[in-house]
Amino acid sequence: MAATRSTPRRAPGGAGGFGAHWRQSKERPRDLRGTLARLWGYLAAQRGALAVAVILVVATSVLGTLGPYLMGQAIDAVMVDRDLRLLAREALLMLAVYVAEAGVAWLEAYVMSGASQRAIMALRDDLFAKLQTLSLRFFDERPHGELMSRLANDVENVSNVLQSGVTGLISSVLSLVGIAVTMLLLNARLAAVTLVTAPLMVVLSRWIAKRTRAGFRQQQVFLGELNGIIEETIAGQRVVKAYGREQAAVATFRATNRQLRRAATRAQIFSGTLPPLTNLVNNTGLTIVALAGGWMAVRGVATVGDIASFVQYARRFGWPLNSIASLYNSIQSAIAGAERVFQILDEVPELADTSASQSLEAVEGDVVFDDVCFEYTPGVPVLKHVSFHAQPGQTIALVGPTGAGKTTMVNLLARFYDICGGRVLIDRVDIRDLKLDDVRRRLGIVLQDTYLFADTVMENIRYGRLGASDEDVVRAAHVANADAFIRHLPHGYATLLSERGSNLSQGQRQLLAIARAVLADPAILVLDEATSSIDTRTERTIQEAMLRLMEGRTSFVIAHRLSTIREADQILVINDGEIVERGPHAALLAQRGFYHKLYVAQFKGQEVPEGVA
Amino acid sequence: MRKLLVYLRPYRHWALLAPLLMLVETATDLLQPRMIQRIVDVGIAQRDMDVVLQTGIWMVGLSIAGALGGIGCSAMSVLAAQGFGADLRDGLFTKVQSLSFGNIDRFETGQLITRLTNDVTQVEELVGLMLRLMLRAPLLVVGSFVMAMLSSPQLAPLFAVLVSLIVVVLSWVINKAYPLYGDVQELLDDLNTVMQENLAGVRVVKAFVRGDHEIARFRRVNRALMAITVRVARTVAAAGPLMTMTLYAGVVAGFWLGGARVLEGRMQVGQVIAFTSYLTRTLWSLSFVSTLSTRVARAQASAERIAEVLDSVPEVQEASGARSLAAPAGRVAFEDVSFRYGEGSDPVLCDVSFVAEPGQTVAVLGATGAGKSTLVHLIGRFYDVASGAVTLDGVDVRALDEASLRRAVSIALQESVLFSGTIRDNIRYGRPDATDAEVEAAARAAQAHDFITAFADGYDTVVGQRGVNLSGGQKQRIAIARALLVRPAVLILDDSTSSVDVETEAEIQAALDVLMGDGEGEPGEPALPWSEGLRLLRRPASDGETGGSMTAFVIAQRISTVLNADKILVLDGGRVAAEGTHAALLASSPIYREIFDSQLGDGRLSRGGD
Repeated sequence: MAATRSTPRRAPGGAGGFGAHWRQSKERPRDLRGTLARLWGYLAAQRGALAVAVILVVATSVLGTLGPYLMGQAIDAVMVDRDLRLLAREALLMLAVYVAEAGVAWLEAYVMSGASQRAIMALRDDLFAKLQTLSLRFFDERPHGELMSRLANDVENVSNVLQSGVTGLISSVLSLVGIAVTMLLLNARLAAVTLVTAPLMVVLSRWIAKRTRAGFRQQQVFLGELNGIIEETIAGQRVVKAYGREQAAVATFRATNRQLRRAATRAQIFSGTLPPLTNLVNNTGLTIVALAGGWMAVRGVATVGDIASFVQYARRFGWPLNSIASLYNSIQSAIAGAERVFQILDEVPELADTSASQSLEAVEGDVVFDDVCFEYTPGVPVLKHVSFHAQPGQTIALVGPTGAGKTTMVNLLARFYDICGGRVLIDRVDIRDLKLDDVRRRLGIVLQDTYLFADTVMENIRYGRLGASDEDVVRAAHVANADAFIRHLPHGYATLLSERGSNLSQGQRQLLAIARAVLADPAILVLDEATSSIDTRTERTIQEAMLRLMEGRTSFVIAHRLSTIREADQILVINDGEIVERGPHAALLAQRGFYHKLYVAQFKGQEVPEGVA
Repeated sequence: MRKLLVYLRPYRHWALLAPLLMLVETATDLLQPRMIQRIVDVGIAQRDMDVVLQTGIWMVGLSIAGALGGIGCSAMSVLAAQGFGADLRDGLFTKVQSLSFGNIDRFETGQLITRLTNDVTQVEELVGLMLRLMLRAPLLVVGSFVMAMLSSPQLAPLFAVLVSLIVVVLSWVINKAYPLYGDVQELLDDLNTVMQENLAGVRVVKAFVRGDHEIARFRRVNRALMAITVRVARTVAAAGPLMTMTLYAGVVAGFWLGGARVLEGRMQVGQVIAFTSYLTRTLWSLSFVSTLSTRVARAQASAERIAEVLDSVPEVQEASGARSLAAPAGRVAFEDVSFRYGEGSDPVLCDVSFVAEPGQTVAVLGATGAGKSTLVHLIGRFYDVASGAVTLDGVDVRALDEASLRRAVSIALQESVLFSGTIRDNIRYGRPDATDAEVEAAARAAQAHDFITAFADGYDTVVGQRGVNLSGGQKQRIAIARALLVRPAVLILDDSTSSVDVETEAEIQAALDVLMGDGEGEPGEPALPWSEGLRLLRRPASDGETGGSMTAFVIAQRISTVLNADKILVLDGGRVAAEGTHAALLASSPIYREIFDSQLGDGRLSRGGD
């Protein structure tokens, strides 16, 4: 199939869950303080910049508090002192303070953006590096969409808050304190009146925030569901089309879409009442100030300038309260996002090197499975008491029905999962005592599902050995018989593969994967059903090349094609997780057992080789 | 972006009410400084407490009205935006469902998903934001100007000058920042690509021990992203202080000029205070506009991506006046068919002609990339031919309606995709009203019944997302059962037994033989134990009796599959290189012999053949 886009775009957001119908598990306990502390840790790593930013924020707040006071003085210069020169002085002072405030604010944003983005960058780096250490089971158990959502959306959430939220919070708090103090200093009685509305605001916003949180959570649940439906349907779009089930898909989509809309509307309308209501409270406060101030001015207890200042302060008091309220919401969602991110960072890798792990130097290729048992899901054994010994350089063929455990054996050899009983030895050393990377480096695996990256053919093959030269790559491609078809591609080795290599046929992808393995030049080779999707012609030539490659290397071939394994030194017949028969081809045939049955079935009783009746 | 506004039309009432209610809120907001002015200039100046009180009550009343307006505005805009968003999502999803294989190939799964999720959310959020706030800034600016004119006409010109200055500054900043947003988005996409590839290809990364390499790759992009994000943030941050300084300069100027006039007795203090209030209000709303610019830029990009999908034309469309096919016999004919995947790419099929009679098994053989998959995809009209015609029972598939075509032709694709739900639901996917007995019969035929019943919940076992807890072979068998349950006239197996072992495949083949009406088993062979159940899967023949035949196309990799086929098509480079039965081809076709030899390894058996 030809697909022409070469740069895959942004990954799907939202999560899809396992289980009957997309429900995400919600209701996680919130460790607010802990998460905040960790988040702060990332920011605090930018010690220098953070310190500067904090100082600047303090400066902004102080300057901001001065402004209305100076204005009040200016007014009094006019009303009370009737002094033009005094007015001029106050005016200039005001200007200086305002300009300073603006300049400092910009500087603070300048510094803060650098600090916060660096913190986010560190968070992303850590997350990615962590993922590299986690075992396969972690990735098996989680839908990719969900992991992508954490990496992309959640981190971005946190990023937005760190950038402006933190300083916003600091400056808001400082402003509040500064304003309150200044007011108290100026005129205690008026200050008391002004501050009366503050607690009311706090109570109001907390009440609304609590109600809306539940609503938003509900919205997120439906969003996750919908995203899951979208991801699954579109990923399987061809099947949907092939069975004419487009209408049904739309119906399923619509049902959840409707639910999402209802939940989202409800949540957002409710949360949308907060700004107007806080405004109302603020304005009421203002009115009270104006009234009280007016009364006091009429009595001559306060000057007009004082009142003007207080009116300004009362207004200015509202801004930080408002922003704290809205910040509260976004900080909540950022913390929720951070929690999800930290969950991943806290994962303990199932398989990890310990300090006792030995390195593996030159490998002969002696492989032993000693009474190995394995259960992927506890209680459901996949391998039972598997034992065999492969001498260096031997070719071992693994045959048996699907699901018998052949692929599992490969996974265990590469230590993608840990066994439950017995031992796996390489060169007589238990692989659990060896460094993970060393084991895998010495193993060359061609997997059932070939995964290729959105890069050129050359780079994809070079993935097998990063330092390889172009000639080495081409040589490897020759061995794998991939060179011929590569040269027929529009740009040869420089052809860009699309996402997952979908602009090549399955057979061609297999060939590239084999070339990649050839380049890796491993000591132990494993071919996991690698040749079953390639046409018989190509397979033949690869077989020849493989035989060449397998010479001198211990090779495990998992094949369904009996014709490919006739040359094997040992055949292990696996059924239902156990080795039921073993031996060379002729001997097994003579036993007339399981192997014989498999062999005969392939030719449907027609062509049976001479010598076997 | 404008194109998408069509989706707002059903909600235009709400969309119009929102700004109107905003008008109420803004108006009450604007009146407030005037009220204070009154208190100062009339109440305090004339020591009239009544005026103060009265004005105070007015202020409270106005505040309440304003709050109601604000709540109402917010509610209206949420209703409109959510309705818009839901409809847009619906329209986009429905559109994607109508797209053909060719369109889907070009768009790529990941992209389509993003457009349906992130992009729609961006646009929806912007619409909500705009409805709520779009009028606020201009209203406040204009309103403030008007009020300033009314309150302190002598200072009004100063106001106008300041506001124009601020607008200039603002546009300059936005112009500088705008192109940077595109870069940020691109880098974000690159970052996500690295992450996605590492998730999907985790086995490869681990198998080749490329963890460090990937981490280095990630870090490079991460750093670049950080650098440009910081640049954007700093550029936009410049807007605030610049405007603030301009405005505050104006405030001071106002105080200076106004104060002087007050001393001269030409103005009152209240007017100056009012002027300041209006000025600072304007500052607040204008600075908010600059932060909006980010949202607008991103939403614009999203809107374009959405429009691209909405505008795409499905490559394969049902013709008007399409016929339906009531009881198809299953005769498939290719007449000089040629096909290519896109304009200007190499032809994948050239002048392919053959006929498959009802009930025949046709095996399609050929090298990698020879065109086998393509050929069978044309049968179900998943792509349209470039030239020539594909006919079903003599009728060009382009003249048939989609529903009958889907009923008549069933395909088990190369990559078996299952959906979340029970195994039973998955098998029933093509025909949801099938009975449990039919489901079981299909599963038995596909050799899936045994492993299904081995699960604790049997057919009610829930399949994880995309069938993750099943092995490759198990998925394939369920996919085959799914295809069989449709009881098609033409069954296509597109290399769908690659993960199934030889013995199982043989049994599947035997079941298919029975289904295809190839007699009741071969002479001397015992009847299959479950052939009774298979009857449930057979289509009624066109003459009303049971025993309708099924034509089968099998893309074969194994020679054993083709040995008993009624017709073998050997494709080479997109052309039919050979056609015939096994025996005939062995004698006449060198290509076929070569393939046959390679399968068996030593050529011994060609002597045993004819």
